[in-house]
Amino acid sequence: MERSRTRLVSKTIVEKILSEHSGLDAYAGDIVVADIDAALVQDGTGPLAVQQLQKLGMEQAANPERTVLFIDHAAPSPRKELSNAHKILRDFAAKTGAILSEVDEGVCHQRMVEDYMNPGEVLIGADSHTCTAGALGAFATGMGSTDVAIGIASGKTWLRVPETIKVYVTGEFKKGVYPKDLMLHFIGMIGADGATYQSIEFCGPTIDAMDMSGRFTLANMAVEAGAKAGLFKTDETTKKYLEERGRGDRWREIAADADATYERVVEIDVTDLEPTISCPHTVDNTKTISEVVGTKVDQVFIGTCTNGRIEDLRIAAQILAGKSRNPNTRLLVCPASKEVYLQAIEEGILAKLASAGAAIINPGCGACVGVHGGILGDGEVCLATQNRNFQGRMGNTEAFIYLSSPAVAAATALEGVIADPRKYL
Amino acid sequence: MDNRMQIKGKVFKFGDSISTDHIAPGRLFHLRTNLPELAKHVLEDADTEFAQNVQPGDFVVAGKNFGLGSSREHAPTIIKIAGVGAVLAQSFARIFYRNAINVGLPVLICDTTQIDRGDELEVDVGKGEIRNVTKGITIQAKPLPDVMIKILNDGGLLEHFRKHGGFALDA
Repeated sequence: MERSRTRLVSKTIVEKILSEHSGLDAYAGDIVVADIDAALVQDGTGPLAVQQLQKLGMEQAANPERTVLFIDHAAPSPRKELSNAHKILRDFAAKTGAILSEVDEGVCHQRMVEDYMNPGEVLIGADSHTCTAGALGAFATGMGSTDVAIGIASGKTWLRVPETIKVYVTGEFKKGVYPKDLMLHFIGMIGADGATYQSIEFCGPTIDAMDMSGRFTLANMAVEAGAKAGLFKTDETTKKYLEERGRGDRWREIAADADATYERVVEIDVTDLEPTISCPHTVDNTKTISEVVGTKVDQVFIGTCTNGRIEDLRIAAQILAGKSRNPNTRLLVCPASKEVYLQAIEEGILAKLASAGAAIINPGCGACVGVHGGILGDGEVCLATQNRNFQGRMGNTEAFIYLSSPAVAAATALEGVIADPRKYL
Repeated sequence: MDNRMQIKGKVFKFGDSISTDHIAPGRLFHLRTNLPELAKHVLEDADTEFAQNVQPGDFVVAGKNFGLGSSREHAPTIIKIAGVGAVLAQSFARIFYRNAINVGLPVLICDTTQIDRGDELEVDVGKGEIRNVTKGITIQAKPLPDVMIKILNDGGLLEHFRKHGGFALDA
């Protein structure tokens, strides 16, 4: 898109944040070198990042108290090669003062929003779902190990300021329909490459009324539409979330200018939205629940950075309490973080889920990455609340993965086939 | 590595939506600190014989959204270690594209519908010119952004940073 620079004054959220962090008056299409506020790596990408810094002779962290190394993808380690990879992260943390998030603490993206990220900040992370923190009004994006390594050592990264797609959401969710259904519907609509190289701003009355948990789900999956980031303006809901975590003073207003330039506007009315499912083997292969009801499921997995929060576990417990899972369908539940895990214990949620036949997994990525904690057998079908269903994702190319909300997952665990949760609510 | 270089080789053709799970699957997570070993399995979940048959300079040619999914830089790295000269696709997922340039693997966006498995190609990375010798046609790729040409010419991001002592991306 050609722009007449001198006449531009209004900015999108991402243009504002990247202008602030680069000292430039930056607009979509510009290349900037930006200061970063925080960086993350995880146990799949961090060891390579550390090795790259060793090659460069720069084993250092410019901002160690906001450089976080997560052991979450293979936690606790299922094999010696990974135990050795974990040692690389522990050694780097000891050497540089960077923070190590150990095997008990949970998924990087949930941990970043709980403890580290604030509105208006820039986060780069060696994990594609780093975009989760966009829900707090931050610019957060996934990159590779070398990019993040250099970000850790120098405190800077280069970025092309992305164009923005505005997603304007109206209407009230009907009972049994959730932000996850909205996001799957949206990705099905624009495609897995529908927002490539661009950022997304989620806005409108439905978003204003949405809790932080729902906003995190949307931001988390922005990358599944190909986006660089998924951003939200900040409001009282953001402020309350930060206050509850002792960071009320870090709240600030983040919003796009009223006449900012968008690549396009997508309007979605959720009034008639139905529970939505992504079918094998791509996230944009979406169907409404009625089209897939009755599909036999061998394993249900509730958890992850997408839907492993306390709000998600409450919904699952509401549906499963006092009942039993189908004897032919195993149920795995993995709280996203230790905070979620402890809260779920306190509320009696884990007891209800375990009594219903759930195997409770320690906080972390659980079965999502195909490394441990629930690898699928040949020909098996899994319905999961995670963000991705690529062939081979859960450790077996001969398996089939469906994605859904926690409510659909809980109902499916009860019936042993993909089930509509609305009759249980 | 020089972006003006000419690469010659045969085509291995893939479809749309080849994910990082196809290229470097999660079940081989434990090999990520042993890249030469991981490279023996490159693209295994999309073509079980690719890793055994690929020769230095050969091309991976695909449809839309190549490399979607994870941020794992291991994916382009093992394609490069396997000797692939360049990846040609109708479009790339953002993180894969950036990672490929960072590790010095040429990636070209072009119309791949007229390229088939086994075709012989001559590719001029700098010009973005793809000559399909087998079919006797020439295809023009979309030029790489200037920033990425700079990084690729320096041999990847690490070398760029080493050479300039920081980012040196201005025109």
